[in-house]
Amino acid sequence: MANPNGIGASVRRREDQRFLTGRGNYTDDFKRPNMTHAVHVRSPYAHARVLGIDPADALAMPGVVAVLTGADMEADKVGSLPCGWQIHSKDGSPMKEPPHYPLARDRVRYVGDAVAVVIAETREQARDAAEMVVVDYEELPAVGSSTRAIDGAATLVHDDAPGNVCYDWHLGDKAAVDAAFAQAAHVARIDLVNQRLVPNAMEPRAALGEYDASSGEYTLTTTSQNPHVIRLLMGAFVLGIPEHKLRVVAPDVGGGFGSKIFHYGEEAVVTWAARKIGRPVKWTADRSESFLTDAHGRDHVSHAEMAMDADGNFLALRVSTLANMGAYLSTFAPSIPTYLYATLLAGQYKTPAIYAEVKAVFTNTSPVDAYRGAGRPEACYLIERLVDVAAGVMGMDKTEIRRRNFVPADAMPYQTPVALQYDTGDFAKNLDIALPLVDYPGFQQRRAESKARGKLRGIGFATYIEACGIAPSNVAGALGARAGLYECAEVRFHPTGSVTVFTGSHSHGQGHETTFAQIVAERFGVPIENVEIVHGDTNKIPFGMGTYGSRSLAVGGSALVKAMDKVERKAKKIAAHMLEAAETDIEVKDGRFTVAGTDKSLGIGDIALQAYVPHNFPLDELEPGLDEQAFYDPKNFTYPNGCHVCELEIDPDTGVTTIVNFAAVDDFGNVINPLIVEGQVHGGLVQGIGQALYENCVYDEESGQLVTGSYMDYCMPRADDVPSFTVRYHEDQPCTHNPLGVKGCGEAGTIGAAAAVMNAVVDALSDYGITHMDMPATPEKVWRTIRDATPALAAE
Amino acid sequence: MYAFTYQRPTTVAEAASAIQAEEAKLLGGGQTLLPTLKQRLARPSDLIDLSGIPELKGIREVDGGLEIGAFTRHAEVAHSDLVKRVIPSLAGLAEGIGDRQVRNMGTLGGSIANADPSADYPSAVVALKGLVTTDRRTIAGDDFFTGMFETALEPGEIIKAVRFSRPDKAAYAKFRNPASRYAIVGVYVARFGAEVRVAVTGAAGSVFRADAFEAALAADFRAEALNGLSVGADGLNADIHASADYRAHLVTVMAKRAVEAAG
Repeated sequence: MANPNGIGASVRRREDQRFLTGRGNYTDDFKRPNMTHAVHVRSPYAHARVLGIDPADALAMPGVVAVLTGADMEADKVGSLPCGWQIHSKDGSPMKEPPHYPLARDRVRYVGDAVAVVIAETREQARDAAEMVVVDYEELPAVGSSTRAIDGAATLVHDDAPGNVCYDWHLGDKAAVDAAFAQAAHVARIDLVNQRLVPNAMEPRAALGEYDASSGEYTLTTTSQNPHVIRLLMGAFVLGIPEHKLRVVAPDVGGGFGSKIFHYGEEAVVTWAARKIGRPVKWTADRSESFLTDAHGRDHVSHAEMAMDADGNFLALRVSTLANMGAYLSTFAPSIPTYLYATLLAGQYKTPAIYAEVKAVFTNTSPVDAYRGAGRPEACYLIERLVDVAAGVMGMDKTEIRRRNFVPADAMPYQTPVALQYDTGDFAKNLDIALPLVDYPGFQQRRAESKARGKLRGIGFATYIEACGIAPSNVAGALGARAGLYECAEVRFHPTGSVTVFTGSHSHGQGHETTFAQIVAERFGVPIENVEIVHGDTNKIPFGMGTYGSRSLAVGGSALVKAMDKVERKAKKIAAHMLEAAETDIEVKDGRFTVAGTDKSLGIGDIALQAYVPHNFPLDELEPGLDEQAFYDPKNFTYPNGCHVCELEIDPDTGVTTIVNFAAVDDFGNVINPLIVEGQVHGGLVQGIGQALYENCVYDEESGQLVTGSYMDYCMPRADDVPSFTVRYHEDQPCTHNPLGVKGCGEAGTIGAAAAVMNAVVDALSDYGITHMDMPATPEKVWRTIRDATPALAAE
Repeated sequence: MYAFTYQRPTTVAEAASAIQAEEAKLLGGGQTLLPTLKQRLARPSDLIDLSGIPELKGIREVDGGLEIGAFTRHAEVAHSDLVKRVIPSLAGLAEGIGDRQVRNMGTLGGSIANADPSADYPSAVVALKGLVTTDRRTIAGDDFFTGMFETALEPGEIIKAVRFSRPDKAAYAKFRNPASRYAIVGVYVARFGAEVRVAVTGAAGSVFRADAFEAALAADFRAEALNGLSVGADGLNADIHASADYRAHLVTVMAKRAVEAAG
């Protein structure tokens, strides 16, 4: 009998009881005896020389324990925050990698750059005193945007990065692309901006540093998606603490969307300061600090061209992108606009030749790094906008031009011209499922009905494919990653048959405590209540690379399966011994171990007990215990893909866009928990819609000040801004190279949604001759676009 | 926030006495003041919490309209059967302020005393011939708002209640800021017999009456009567959400929608 809480069951998230009743345990909830509170003194300037820091007035304030600066860190030989990925430019030179100190030393490079930390008995005392630290700044001209950074007259953000260029990289066959363009019958072109976004995790970042003088062990409790990675980066590169003396704990974490992958300066500051002052030190960002200092996402300026033959077959794609790195290189920043972006530019299409150039530049803004989708939403948006323009050039239906150019399912596995090899996918099927969900044939009638009411109706398609399950370590290593990207799991059966799973994946909203337990319950036939999932503590988990890039199930889940395989092999040995049968005669099904052809069998619980009470084990052949560990390194990326369709209505009088229908058809391979998958899709869609219609991180180009530094000006999507979604998935194309056949679902919604919405916006405005609009499609932008396209109205 | 002395008087007289302290501030629902304090943008010596004063609360039907206590929360106005019956457009305005959390805390008196140019209530005070009663006098709605975050209130003067006249027809149409949900433009249209009042909030530094709109609607109370009319972009607010000419355009659009909704 199938386990009611096994694979495929919509088990309600076990962790939600604690989250919804306020019993979560987040970093800021931790209180330690004798704990102090840290507040950072941050630069109000985007670019300035620090001529001096006078802490005297602050030190005299009540409750102040210490005021520490970059000079103090330098004296203690604290290093720079490392970058985890190295890119080489076209000419073979390595990217510019200027130092990024946890506390700035002689220059600040963005508003929010930390120059000192004040540690006091209470947070309010630390805040009071932080205002009294006198920093002598000499303001310098600022570079507020990527386009400004490469303007020849721009000031240098880093003296050793001429022209503010971090790298000038390319991928693909330029000669083949040039040749294809030379013989193209038609060319579609687009210029677009993928605007900067602020991640806005519900829980602000926080870090608690502790030092135990008796053992010499440090503990950092932090809001991280990958505690082992932080242990490596901070221990080895910044503070010089060996792994066995550094514990990193990432307890309940309230959302990350990528922004909590990275190693931030505050983590090093509290850990270092804890030893320096001999007391625990806690720092929690307030929301304003989150806006200023969480690594931001996106921020691309691109030009793209598609060459086509006379029938609308894609011949070649040429892309040029300017990517903003911000003031310093965040942990994985260089990889995002390169190997997570340009490698996806084939999309779902069999375009035979692709060439992409990416220039990454430094600016006086917050660092930019991975944000939900990380490079892949940028790729999808660019391709899918361009394909819509191509449909216009060809006079073809937008679904037909896609269908004509899809990589056919029977071409799988398919080698793209930009390095990746797709394993499975049936893109036409996704579209076939989607079209009836939105009654595509009835659209023109709905459009006419809207027009009769004075409204403009549009429909937009986006097909996407992403490379997830990051990553095969050998591939990542060859491309410049300075880390492996495997995952680790340990499955520990206890004597009475309950199970603790230790996983290197980290849940910060994904529901691993439920999904991973379902996999174990299914395999061994144990009640889900008897399975505990432990994550987020380097002292408990053997090792881990954490959660990002929709990798938890594909990589962490696969490691779990490998560990369960080992448990099963061991259990089989024990069963054979107990049942006095040959190991080869033991059959395993749903956690029962049976001697083939007999009614002699044992449950996994019996075996677990015997494993820990080995009174008659042949100890030469059989060890006690039932506790196995495995590492899994994937053979390939996984390739979730899908088709998203958005239908919307625009009020031309105000420019307000209202989404009336949104259908998402996704291929995530096999699905463990449909309820959680649907939730992930919903959240992702809202984030994508947020980028399309609402969110925009604005810096003043001249001053480098963050204009949208609060929710008064940075518009987050809300529940009443989005419709009820129609979500479908199919399991016909499971991943071929991992044991669960899973592809990952965490980022898909965000990747497809923005392009689908914007294609629909442009479609709605097509009567005005509009072929493109940059995100977000705010009411004023839409209204102005319509007005400017309508001379009669403009003259009114 | 910085430390302050918290006081919670139970009568207006006590509050009036407490507010005499230098740098003292009155606390209504705190929807502007508390975020300001949290951001350390204000440093009052004393915070005089008005929530414990019964005489500042409640909604009463009075001759020709409603009187609403200054410490009446937006949600109470929005959900009041009395308001819905006497001036339903006012309940509708309250229901559209901010979000649920803001409506459950924010107060009428706090809103109009703060006189945020994007607040909703100022349009009602002006359009509905409001009379603002304080502990010292009564101020006509038309005279109450004097500029951006500025009112006719004297230092330490405490609003007790606002009286709204019952219009024959009225509606409030708001174009909300998608981020903050304040009014980018809010237009309150109210018709009293032959008189029509059109009060515009959000668009300029302070609520104002659109005279030309009023004249056109007095002659012909239909949306079409506003065709071709504009308040003009000069002097209107401009920010990253809406330029002055967009706001000017929206004033006409929202005024028409208010007329249509008023029926």
